[in-house]
Amino acid sequence: MAEHAQASPEAPPDTRSGPAALAGVAREIGVAKPDPVLVADSMVRRFGGVTAVNVGHVEFQRGAITALIGPNGAGKTTFFNLLSCFDQPQEGTWSFNGQILNGVAPYKVARRGMVRTFQLTKALTKLTVIENMRLGAQGQRGETFLGALSSMWGSQEREITARADALLERFKLDHMREEFAASLSGGQRKLLEMARALMTDPELLMLDEPMAGVNPALKQSLLGHVKTLRDEGRSVIFVEHDMDMVFDISDWVVVMAEGRIIAEGTPAEIGSNVAVIDAYLGTHHGAELSGGLAGES
Amino acid sequence: MDWGFITTQTVSAIFGPLAVFYVLGAQGLNLHYGYTGLLNFGQAGFMATGAYGMAIASAPESAGGFGFPLWVGLLVSVLATVVFALLLGIPTLRLRGDYLAIVTIAASEILRIVFRSEALEDFSGGNSGMNGFARSFYDANPFSNGYRYQFGPFEYLGKDLWVMLVGWALVVIAAVLTFLLMRSPWGRVLRSIRENEDAVRSLGKNVFSYKMQSLVLGALMGAAGGVVLALYQNLATPDDFGTKATFIAYTALILGGAARVGGPIVGGMIFYGFFTFMQVTAGQMAKAELLPTSIMDDVQAGIVPFLLLGLVLMLLVVFRPQGIFGDRREIELDG
Repeated sequence: MAEHAQASPEAPPDTRSGPAALAGVAREIGVAKPDPVLVADSMVRRFGGVTAVNVGHVEFQRGAITALIGPNGAGKTTFFNLLSCFDQPQEGTWSFNGQILNGVAPYKVARRGMVRTFQLTKALTKLTVIENMRLGAQGQRGETFLGALSSMWGSQEREITARADALLERFKLDHMREEFAASLSGGQRKLLEMARALMTDPELLMLDEPMAGVNPALKQSLLGHVKTLRDEGRSVIFVEHDMDMVFDISDWVVVMAEGRIIAEGTPAEIGSNVAVIDAYLGTHHGAELSGGLAGES
Repeated sequence: MDWGFITTQTVSAIFGPLAVFYVLGAQGLNLHYGYTGLLNFGQAGFMATGAYGMAIASAPESAGGFGFPLWVGLLVSVLATVVFALLLGIPTLRLRGDYLAIVTIAASEILRIVFRSEALEDFSGGNSGMNGFARSFYDANPFSNGYRYQFGPFEYLGKDLWVMLVGWALVVIAAVLTFLLMRSPWGRVLRSIRENEDAVRSLGKNVFSYKMQSLVLGALMGAAGGVVLALYQNLATPDDFGTKATFIAYTALILGGAARVGGPIVGGMIFYGFFTFMQVTAGQMAKAELLPTSIMDDVQAGIVPFLLLGLVLMLLVVFRPQGIFGDRREIELDG
């Protein structure tokens, strides 16, 4: 993204941001990152008697791809909801680019450049694919009541459409352009949702299980897209059960279990971390996991 | 059975002021329900604020009003409707859709009961309503108020023609406005909210603000319907604004096709034409003693159209939820 020119190829390399800077970071829970984009502190979310999230301190590196993994019920999606302000914690603070997000409306979080997708896709089924995409664009003149009537939005609409078409092509959805989103398959909806989120030109993209239901052939190109996002200087945080994806593209892995963060580190280290293997399988089934957590499903 | 009478009555009704009343109400609901997915069950309340705002402000002091000029009355109508919409929207539009439905239907009934209350008779005219505010409206009539204009077999009083002219002009304005808005990015946000609010939020749109704008705009369309009815009758009476008005408007909307600009217009005309046809026919049958009074007398026959209204609404929802014009893929009630 343009605002993070330090990560673009032309700019002089910034040693603090991006994945490379993570090399010198200590491998311990709650460790400070050289250039954090998102910081969470003492966040607690309880549902009745169940503590779904209880995170002490975690920082997410700017310009890197961070995976958030953990067994089912670990609180990953709840943590996502809290960070994106779709849910409010009972305790704790969290900040994006140094700005505290407590009590901020979700749409304002998105406007600041932190955009999320959902585990259960929220495709706007009775709108066409291209209309779904156009909706994502920010700062549309025609989105105010008077702007809509003054018909000054035509040229902007054409720019938006061109951008949307380029993204649809990248995500191999261009042939579905005029179809209602209801006619897309589950995997295609995942792609549409991610493409739509990219229409907002986010600085930080938070993907909740982007690979669920996406066919293997498409997965490879999707992995490529996510890496491209990092190369463009965007930060990506994703929740995923697909360990191939986690190990292939992430620069840093944060592991949650029972609402807490139990480990963080590089993918390779996490793959051989005993606490992580315990959390996934309950006992020491290390042999299956060390080769890339392949046993997880 | 006088078939000529039945035909002329039906055709007059299709273009008459009451059809305009329902068409405008339905176009407002189209914006609420058809495009934004807001379940407003209190459209009659907004129609009432339109009619009563004007009636109370502009009725002569001798009739219990404030005696302001009619344009001031219209301004009061608009203001009252906007305030009422904000009042209902602020607490409910942040919550799930059902809350708006409950609050609007209750509030519209509260409003009607307040308007007809004995205690406020000096203010709102109680049971018999407010009258006498439309004089300057009819003074401005380009037609001759008392003259009967012939159009083939149909004849309209000059004063009715004037109401119809103004009424259909308002219908056209509402339709053009809806059309322009719905093909714009603003309309796209509304339709997206109908599909999934959270998705729209996650893309940086202020969902609450859009829902409020939709509520206010659709309420104003309903209020315009109330104004037309009140001008036509030169009377604003509480029982014109019962829940019946809301549900007739909904039937008209679903019949014509929600989320289509022309849906409420054609739906309203067909509905009110059909309604009048049934009413007149039932009356004629009773008069001609085609129905034995042991089955139903002519008073009871007058209720038959309402029974059919319920039946038609049910059949529509089951077999053709998209109405006449709607796209079934886009508007499905179980969506």
